[in-house]
Order: sequence, then structure tokens, then C-alpha cells
Amino acid sequence: MEESTRVVEARKLDLVFETGDGPVHALSEIDLEINKGDFISLIGPSGCGKTTLMRVIADLEKPTGGEIKVNGMTPEEARLQRAYGYVFQSPALYPWRTVEGNLKLPLEIMGVEKAEQNKRAAEVLEMVDLTGFEKKFPWQLSGGMQQRVSIARALTFYPDLLLMDEPFGALDEIVRDQLNEHFHKLWEQTQKTVVFVTHSIPEAAYLSTKIVVMSPRPGKIIDVIESPLPEKRTLDMRDSQEFIDLSHRIREGLRAGHSYD
Amino acid sequence: MNWFRNSSFVSITTVLAFTAVFWYAAAVYLNSAVLIDKYERHKVEWDFSKLVDDSWSMDRPIMPAPHQIILDLNKSIFQQKISSKRSLVYHGWVTISSTMVGFAMGAILGILLSVGIVHVPTLNKSVLPWIIASQTIPILAIAPMIIVVLGAIGVTGLLPKAIISAYLCFFPIAIGMVKGLRSPDPMHLDLMKTYNATKSQFFWKLRWPASTPFLFASFKVSIAISLVGAIVGELPAGARAGLGARLLTGSYYGQTVQIWSALIVASLVAGTLVLLMTVLERRVQKRMGVQL
Repeated sequence: MEESTRVVEARKLDLVFETGDGPVHALSEIDLEINKGDFISLIGPSGCGKTTLMRVIADLEKPTGGEIKVNGMTPEEARLQRAYGYVFQSPALYPWRTVEGNLKLPLEIMGVEKAEQNKRAAEVLEMVDLTGFEKKFPWQLSGGMQQRVSIARALTFYPDLLLMDEPFGALDEIVRDQLNEHFHKLWEQTQKTVVFVTHSIPEAAYLSTKIVVMSPRPGKIIDVIESPLPEKRTLDMRDSQEFIDLSHRIREGLRAGHSYD
Repeated sequence: MNWFRNSSFVSITTVLAFTAVFWYAAAVYLNSAVLIDKYERHKVEWDFSKLVDDSWSMDRPIMPAPHQIILDLNKSIFQQKISSKRSLVYHGWVTISSTMVGFAMGAILGILLSVGIVHVPTLNKSVLPWIIASQTIPILAIAPMIIVVLGAIGVTGLLPKAIISAYLCFFPIAIGMVKGLRSPDPMHLDLMKTYNATKSQFFWKLRWPASTPFLFASFKVSIAISLVGAIVGELPAGARAGLGARLLTGSYYGQTVQIWSALIVASLVAGTLVLLMTVLERRVQKRMGVQL
């Protein structure tokens, strides 16, 4: 793989949190490579460090050992260059801003001019299928719609890398399926690199090109699975033998991780 | 019957009616001792209905009846020229103007302190205890000092009173705003960090709007105490003008009706100020998309 297509590269990454109850080993000896255009899922039980790993990539946590590069730079340099869009577990919209106001927030901060702000807000709103909701306040939208706005907000400044922390975790299964399908199409169109934290096996299998299975205490990677599924996916594909085998392998990995307890 | 039960007009009138009945009864009870004593000294024939009549129409009652206060309010508000020293409008305005100036000073001071405390860790440790300590000093003790000290360096009139108001009302604003500016969700703070936002963007786009509910809650408390501060400030100022002066002269000359009139005006002013603040809050909330 050429150097320029490497988006994230982690070598022997370690992170120990000092807490009141003593040190917590959140990440241990993490080796990970993410290439341009990859859709990587980090899957594992609660406390396996999948969110922490993503926060390290985003420079929201500092590792205590090892090495990590994002776009060939330190995570801090990458953050200062606004290299990624981050989508949180909950929509985290500003309640005092309309949908449009929320979408423009990153653009205002980055000093994009007014006309361009309006253009981009309309553009990303169309991407998530919410045209017509510009003037609504977040409380006037359903949970699924709010999360779509939050994804749109991460797209407004055209980052090449999207970091998503269980973005659909709080939604019910039906809405989740819809959003998975919708988001897969969006990824196909935009060809962004995505790092996606989840603890849903079907979600990880359906969306990813590469699935990273993690186990807790200390958080480490126990399996990396290249998806055998074709790049174009449909929800029906989830009944295919390949999909079932893939899900099975993920489940095996998760179970192996648990047997350490 | 639902409109009847839900109407705030009905509930307010009911409370008012009960208060009036209780008040008239209290006036008879509290004034009767003086009256009976007087009847006996002058050997006047009296019965209960005479006692009631007299206790509601004394010149210097211990407890004036509501209608006496209303008559006095009418006389001192509507029957006087506004610029007259006997006009409650004149005295009320003197107090309101120093209340407003004091509130503005206190609001600016309180907000600046809270911004400093939230952003500078040293200020958080060093200033906050002093702010709290400042409020343990009884205002009645420190008010004359402020008036005297400022008078000695030639500052008199509105400013010393406004300073007393500001001294009282910066506190709830500072404390409320420290909490308000720290109220943003950690996720919102992380989000701003991922955008590489500057300190001033953190403040103006996140901390400041997130703190508005706290700002208005403390404004409502502060504007009422600011009025108390202005009245307290008028007491040692030689009782020249203001509602505080009316209270003081009323008690010098045993003019209880005058004291009560001034009290009623003060509470109406406080109620109006808080109401105006609530209206302002509603308008701001509406612009900020709060579900009313």
C-alpha cells in the first residue's frame, strides 16, 4: 500500500487512565492501519476501548505509549487542520440553533463566507434527505432525523475522514436499518474513509469493508476481518450465506475475547 | 367550570379577598388596645361597632386598614405634582433610577467575574471565596460605611446607592453565570474541539448561549435585591428622597400609613421589574427555540 493512501496508522498504542480506583488499561498494544476509502468498524463489548481508540484518533484523548499517525501527522496536527468530522453517540445538536444553524456552526467557526455556508447547508441537508427542515429546531425532529442532521453537520466542511461513535446506537431497529441503508449509499457516493464504532454485529457486517474485533480489560484487537461482501450492499444481502458466515466469524471473535474473563 | 378553575384572575382575586378580610380583622385587633385605653381615660361610652369604626380610621394606627392606605396612595400619587416632595412618583423614580444603575453595574461586574472564574483557574481558587465572604457582611452594616466614605470623597446622590445595589446583586449573577458558563454538555465541548475552535468561539458560540437560562434566573433575583439595596442605601443618606426616605420619615413621625404606602409602592415596583425581566426572558427564549 502506498504511503499517501494511509489515513490512520497505529503502532503498539497504549493508553492507561489514572483513576481514583487505580490505573485502568483502556488500550493495549493496538496495531491498526486504515486506508483511504476504508469503512472500518470497531466492534466489541462495553469497556473494550473502541470509543477510546477513536477518541485517540480524534485527539480527544492522548495515548500514554506507542505511536499513532493520522494522515501522516500527529493526531493533534490533524485535528488542527480539521482532518475529520466526528459524529457522537447522541446527536449533540445545539438546542438553541435551527437545523440550518447547526449545520452552519462548523462553517462559521472555520470562517467560511455566508453565501457558501448557505449553499453547503442545503447540499448536505439534501444528502441526508431532510430538505425542508432548515428552520426547525432540534426538539421538533425525531431521534433518527436528529442523528441525520448530526451526520450532515459532520459533512459540511468536506472532511475526508468520518469518525462515528455508535451513531445509531440509541435508535430503534427499524430506524436503524433505514439509516444503515441510507448511510451505506452516502458512503458509496462520497468515498470517504469511515471509522465506525458499534456493538451491533449485523450493522458492522453490513456496512464495513474491514471489521476490527476488540476485547476488554485491557482493550485490545483480537481479530481483523476483511469483508468478503461486494462493495455494493443491500439489506437483503443479510440473508446470504456470506453474510451469515461473516457474522459468525465476528461473533466467534467476540466470544474468544470474553473467554479471557 | 374549567375556565373558572384554570383562570389566574379568579385565584388572584380569591387570595386578595382573603388577605383583605384578614387585614381588616387584624387592624381591629391590633388597634383596639390603644382605642380602649383612650375611651376609658376620656370616659367615652363605646361598643364593638364604634371600636371597629374607630380602628379603621385612626390618624396614626398601629395597623392601618387597607382603604386608608389606598386613600393615601391616591393622595400621594395622583393628587400631587410629580416633582413634589410629597409625590410617591417622585420618590419612586429616585429609587428606581438608582436600582437600575446599580443593577446594570452589578450585572456587568457579575458577568465579568464569572467569565474570569470560568476561564482562569487561579481566579477560580482566589476570587470565589471572597465573593462568598462579601455576602456574609450584613448590608445594613456596610451601607452607611459606603455612603459615608463616598460622601467624604465627594461622591453623593445616586452613585453611592447604586453601588450598594450593585454590591448586593452582582453575587447571584456571578454565581449563576459560573454555573451557566460551565453548563455546556461535554459532548458539545468535544465537538468544538474537533472544529479547532478558538477560545472566543468556545465562549460566544457555546458557553454564552448555553448560559442564558442561568442568566435570566439570576437577573430576576438580582433586580429585586437591587431595589432592596437602593432602599437600604437611602436610609443613611439623610432621608432626602426615595422610597427609603419615605419609610424613614414615616417611622420618625409615627406615620404608619405613609410607611405602608411606601412599602406597597416598593413591592409593586419590584413586581413590575421582575415581570419585565420575565417578558424579556420569554422573547429571548422564543428566539432561541425554547419550547414554551
